[in-house]
Amino acid sequence: MQVAEHDVLVIGAGGAGLRAAIEASAAGVSVGLVTKSLLGKAHTVMAEGGIAAALANVDGRDDWRTHFADTMRGGQYVNNPTMAELHAREAPDRVRELEAWGAVFDRTNDQKILQRNFGGHKYPRLAHVGDRTGLEMIRTLQDHGIHLGIDVHMEWTVTRLISDGGRVVGAFGYDREKGRFQVFRAAAVVLATGGIGRAYRVTSNSWEYTGDGHALAYEAGAELIDMEYVQFHPTGMVWPPSVRGILVTEGVRGEGGVLRNSEGNRFMFDDIPDLYTGSTAADAEEGWRYTQGDKEARRPPELLTRDHVARCIVREIKEGRGSPHGGVFLDIAWIKEKLKDSEAHIRRKLPSMYHQFKELAGIDITSEAMEVGPTTHYVMGGVKVDGETQMSRVPGLFAAGECAGGLHGANRLGGNSLSDLLVFGKRAGEHAAKYAGANPRSAASGAENEQVEAATRDALAPLERQDGGGDGVGSYAIQSELQDLMQAKVGIVRSQAELESGLADVLALKERSRNVSVAGNRAYNPGWHTALDLPNLLLVSEAVARTAALRKESRGAHFREDHTAKDEHWGKTTLVVRKGADGEMEIEEEAVTPPREELQQIIEENR
Amino acid sequence: MASRTFRIWRGEQGADGQFAEYTTDITEGMVVLDAVHQIQAESAGDLAVRWNCKAGKCGSCSAEVNGNPRLMCMTRMSDLPEDRPVTIEPMRTFPLLKDLVTDVSWNFEVKKRIKKFKPRAPDAADGTWRMDQRDVDRVQEFRKCIECFLCQDVCHVLRDSHKHDEFVGPRFFVHAAALEMHPLDTEDRLEELKEAQGVGYCNITKCCTKVCPEHITITDNAIIPLKERVVDRFYDPVRNLFRIVTGR
Repeated sequence: MQVAEHDVLVIGAGGAGLRAAIEASAAGVSVGLVTKSLLGKAHTVMAEGGIAAALANVDGRDDWRTHFADTMRGGQYVNNPTMAELHAREAPDRVRELEAWGAVFDRTNDQKILQRNFGGHKYPRLAHVGDRTGLEMIRTLQDHGIHLGIDVHMEWTVTRLISDGGRVVGAFGYDREKGRFQVFRAAAVVLATGGIGRAYRVTSNSWEYTGDGHALAYEAGAELIDMEYVQFHPTGMVWPPSVRGILVTEGVRGEGGVLRNSEGNRFMFDDIPDLYTGSTAADAEEGWRYTQGDKEARRPPELLTRDHVARCIVREIKEGRGSPHGGVFLDIAWIKEKLKDSEAHIRRKLPSMYHQFKELAGIDITSEAMEVGPTTHYVMGGVKVDGETQMSRVPGLFAAGECAGGLHGANRLGGNSLSDLLVFGKRAGEHAAKYAGANPRSAASGAENEQVEAATRDALAPLERQDGGGDGVGSYAIQSELQDLMQAKVGIVRSQAELESGLADVLALKERSRNVSVAGNRAYNPGWHTALDLPNLLLVSEAVARTAALRKESRGAHFREDHTAKDEHWGKTTLVVRKGADGEMEIEEEAVTPPREELQQIIEENR
Repeated sequence: MASRTFRIWRGEQGADGQFAEYTTDITEGMVVLDAVHQIQAESAGDLAVRWNCKAGKCGSCSAEVNGNPRLMCMTRMSDLPEDRPVTIEPMRTFPLLKDLVTDVSWNFEVKKRIKKFKPRAPDAADGTWRMDQRDVDRVQEFRKCIECFLCQDVCHVLRDSHKHDEFVGPRFFVHAAALEMHPLDTEDRLEELKEAQGVGYCNITKCCTKVCPEHITITDNAIIPLKERVVDRFYDPVRNLFRIVTGR
């Protein structure tokens, strides 16, 4: 068995993983960075709109307090207040640091970092580079990181964490190239594996987003929170079928794009939630002025939070006012009524959207409306961590970015993800390095051997069943069935009956997946890789279905058609998922931590 | 729904590969990567292919489709001739790992050899810089690069002449240009560009520019300006005379 040894092992090389690796490395410890893909390909490249940070370059009234209050309001006040505070306070420094490492953001007229409007943010707050901010961010971190002596393990997948005496001491994984196994010994492990989007049929996520970090942490004894909150981004492509789910940035709406139904009505004006009545534009004219930087104007309803916009779109489609291919219309071309040279303006502000629609759908967004509909985008739920250190309840195990829970509460604001990656990636790296320094790795024990043997057996099983041992069920087929059932029964609009039926289906699929068999050998075999991802996908799907069935209210991204209102009890309750002593999934209600007094006051002032 | 035939390269490291034929149904709007995934799910579970975003933003699914270097996720089936099978091969400039997947690790090693960004001292007391949008626009073109390595795949200095040890290839000239033209950068990379990185080997056939899925004007905007800077520094007769006279 090959062995790699590091002080800190970071699993996942998107924004959070890279930032954690950079920080740990800067602290002087040895760092290994494991990534399922090639370096620089992680889902962070897909982030388009920008990084939320109260730099106050465009509107001097912005500050961390307002950003904090916006984040809490967007999350329906069930966020971890410590994380929301640290995030708002530290995001500006993290953005400026990127510039020091070579990032080139769009500029204001006075040559500072330009910021744009986004849903749920009171002021223009998103530092951006056209609509390819994520690429700029990941490339900047990558190009900075490669000169720091970090050992990058490209195209390796971790399938199990190794524990010893209650702490995490490493991981076990395989490489895609040859299917070789390796033990990664480490004094501290940072999970930065992103989300769970592949559990759904319509998703903006790539093959990698199979809930690996969630599942690794759960199996190692950590807890997951907020798993019922899955964000469906309101605007994904809907046509042609093969591109269904690909993201259309909220930046389109930030630049003045409007949503219309088949009757030409701007339906977002029809339903403004109570929390936002005072801050939403009275009419189309005021909304347009807001997108053009008029500080007196209030935001157009298209820029309400993602959960709400997604539901309004679903309503329009359900009630028969959708577009020809089952979406609604998103129109940025209309701004030609307002701006001369609008065509060039759109291409400059939204270059990759222009490109994407032109090449994949044959649509010119400068002259035609797009068809869009909700797509699975993000999971608010994740590993329960200490807000300051990002350590889970398992000593030595940290989590950052999408696979950690708490910051976003019941709904994440656009732009808060990239800032989350930077702020908490840095914190996780810093504290993991500190932990590793104080608690060095001990020599490999018998515990390691036992776990490695079990992990090896599990990893090889799908290949060994190919000669008649299994019932011939393939890994792609199981994944595909799971995606259909999660989409249909544990999706945007939920009910008790469907959730319970969905859970039963997930459990049945879990049984069948024990017999999954794959053809071929261990060399770069996607069928085998898919089989090894399945337990993780099934586990997070079970967690989402179970928690969603328990939460009998609607809040943020969790919408129940049989309990449409918010409920006081549930507003004070977090659902915590863990592996019980009997090996079954256990869910406990826990009280939401109230913000300390100063923070509560900030929330009140910004209501 | 029409059925189409594909000839896909199958082979493992160190073994002789060959084309295998597959047939699958094509629906409206499908791209080549969709067809490959469908074939994987239907009849070739272990068919190796790299991909991530499926939206032309990550640069993972590079291959040669009907002989043309393309991102499979951005190549629509409707744009390919219907009267013959669609041929899909791995990038031929890099060693084969399996099927459509190649070993591109050389690119990641090369990048480390290019000196990193070194900014001037901050312009403002709060540690921040000021940059004009016009100056920013110029390097943003280079920073659009998604590292798909298709430019490396078609560059004949690499593909035919195998100058991997003396020449970094178009991708890394774009990277170097992004750094050299960065409004804040103070590092000097010309010596290496001329010597170890071999910018002189490029004879401006513009093959790289033609295949760039991000439409970066690689040759005109990145490589030629770098060549000019090298010429100005090392071959300018006036400057050479000045050097001889002053001994500097």
